[in-house]
Amino acid sequence: MRIALFITCVNDTLFPDTGRAVVRLLERLGHEVVFPSGQTCCGQMHYNTGYRRPAARLAVRFVQTFDGADAVVVPSASCAAMVRKHYPKLGRTGSRLSRRMADLGPRVYDLTEFLVDVLQVTDVGAYYPRKVVYHPTCHGLRFLGLGDRPYRLLRAVRGLELLELPGATECCGFGGTFAVKNDDVSAAMGFDKARHAVETGAEVLCAVDNSCLMHIGGTLSRQRSGMRIAHIAEILASTEKEYATL
Amino acid sequence: MSSATFLGMPPFPEAARSAVADSRARHNLHKATHTIRGKRDTVIDELGDDWQHLRAEGEAVKTHTLRHLDHYLEKLEESVQHAGGTVHWAADATEANAIVTRLVERTGESEVVKVKSMATQEIELNNALEAAGITAYETDLAELIVQLGEDLPSHILVPAIHLGRAQIREIFLDKMAEWGVPAPEGLTDDPRALAEAARVHLRELFLRAKVAVSGANFAVADTGTLVVLESEGNGRMCLTMPETLISVVGIEKIVPTWSDLEVFMQLLPRSSTGERMNPYTSSWTGVTPGDGPQDFHLVLLDNGRTDVLADTVGRQALRCIRCSACLNICPVYERTGGHAYGSVYPGPIGAILGPQLRGMSSEVDRALPYASTLCGACYDVCPVAIDIPEVLVHLREQVTSTDAPLGEKAMMAGAEAVFGSSMALDAVQRAAGVVRGAVPEHLPGLAGKWTDTRDVPDIPKGSFRSWWHEREEGR
Ligand code: SF4
Repeated sequence: MRIALFITCVNDTLFPDTGRAVVRLLERLGHEVVFPSGQTCCGQMHYNTGYRRPAARLAVRFVQTFDGADAVVVPSASCAAMVRKHYPKLGRTGSRLSRRMADLGPRVYDLTEFLVDVLQVTDVGAYYPRKVVYHPTCHGLRFLGLGDRPYRLLRAVRGLELLELPGATECCGFGGTFAVKNDDVSAAMGFDKARHAVETGAEVLCAVDNSCLMHIGGTLSRQRSGMRIAHIAEILASTEKEYATL
Repeated sequence: MSSATFLGMPPFPEAARSAVADSRARHNLHKATHTIRGKRDTVIDELGDDWQHLRAEGEAVKTHTLRHLDHYLEKLEESVQHAGGTVHWAADATEANAIVTRLVERTGESEVVKVKSMATQEIELNNALEAAGITAYETDLAELIVQLGEDLPSHILVPAIHLGRAQIREIFLDKMAEWGVPAPEGLTDDPRALAEAARVHLRELFLRAKVAVSGANFAVADTGTLVVLESEGNGRMCLTMPETLISVVGIEKIVPTWSDLEVFMQLLPRSSTGERMNPYTSSWTGVTPGDGPQDFHLVLLDNGRTDVLADTVGRQALRCIRCSACLNICPVYERTGGHAYGSVYPGPIGAILGPQLRGMSSEVDRALPYASTLCGACYDVCPVAIDIPEVLVHLREQVTSTDAPLGEKAMMAGAEAVFGSSMALDAVQRAAGVVRGAVPEHLPGLAGKWTDTRDVPDIPKGSFRSWWHEREEGR
């Protein structure tokens, strides 16, 4: 299957390792990955902060870039949710644009959905000998309804010990511009999330969204907790061979 | 005796700052919200799929009623008058307060007992009555605590949720005597002792009061019946014993028929207190000769509601049945408490309802739509499926389209310029790669809001896109 990768602006700029992991993983599973180079940002930050027009322009750009793709895979649940749930609202009702957006939406997948629902694999042949907790990010949990998909993928990873995260479904407090507009509340929420994670004794906290991980990871690192963060793609991509070189 | 007001509170981020730092209040709130959450989850999970059906039904009834509100309001007026009540229309808080004051003055009384009511808190009726020399006594236990403590409500269902029992004991000992029967000497902070002190204090009022003021959870258009749900029975005392009853009710509280009411009698207690059935449900239809108040007035309150109704996205907020489930689940509310929202409607519903009712001109109201991470937990639990995140974003659009903070506007425009072309993005990424080693631990300005509590991630040597292109070229 030919898969178009939408890397997202945050991953592209700050977390290229996540992108490399997605490519490695999908190619290992025997698929071809393409990277439409006109891609930039889905417009989520603009949309969520109340800048609808710029968000709509970025949505147009996204649709033009990915229009013909069979499947668009996104290693970010919140960006996938933006395209699938909010894009159709951005065009005028009944306009050609909103129809194109509504048409593309169902072919845009978060990585874990794509693996489990489309490729129908849960054991991706990964090896990761670490104690791990999974934080279900809000957009993955409530907007995309990822359910147990990430857990099934993680449970199939050899060597990985999956621990339970208390208060897992509670938001980490990132919330895009919320993190700076309401920094005190955001920090208090991040602190609690980090504390819950550290108390499990896990070595790594993983999630399907690097923006949430950046917030929790920044908190963990400021606390010198020693706990690491990893995008789920990086765990699923690692094998005995690659792990040895890490 | 003086009444507190929300007027003059700072905007949310500032109010939240001190609230987050108050560890005692945070502890009380964490415990209380998690307890109610747990109870709610149990009684909702046991319904299985039925819950979603009920929820859809509740949403549909409210949506239908709001669409034909003019029709149902006329119907309600007709039914209430037919049953011997008098109907008054109040366009705003000032009008409503004037109507109630006039009605009380006409009875010659100088005190009223109150059933817990959000509408009368919204219009700050107690302050208006006080200005006219009329004392309003709150009879709901939590409202009583707030009133005695000269405090402000911080939760829709449990207005004193921010207070622990030791604080409540102090308030009772200090203040009850000022208002009536004093607290017994040697009062402990045992919940039963506190409830007993309130019982004795209130009993005297119930026996004495000639006028009661209430709100209503529902108004059945078909029959003109008003319905109040409560847990203590104090409301029922007020609704049955006085001679005159004045009910202030928001125009969105209508349901068409009793069979519609049935849906909400299931949705509300489970969402609100986590009970299968509500303990005290009182309903009354106009005046029944020889039974209960013989003089009944319904004050129908607009106070911004028709403006909300005109907004196709925002109007869903009027479906709210004030259950508080969205407050109890909200991670932001849990940490800031209710006062930070600057109005009687705190939490997620307050963040979308308050600014819409009042108009978005004040700084407080322009900050409220941003008092959320958009995590969606409120939408998940809402028994009438109000998509609170959607309305929050919609209101944010109204904030930015009038006058957004200049710095933010510039940042958004800058970001759009970068994202408007993949070449511009590539150039910015390359520049970031050059300065990557030089990012300090603490950044100035807006970025400092990040680095005050969190480290920034290391900027990678190259972007994903540059890696991809190198890989493609090497093939
Ligand atoms: S918005 Fe929904 S959850 Fe919140 S108080 Fe109203 S009805 Fe309850």
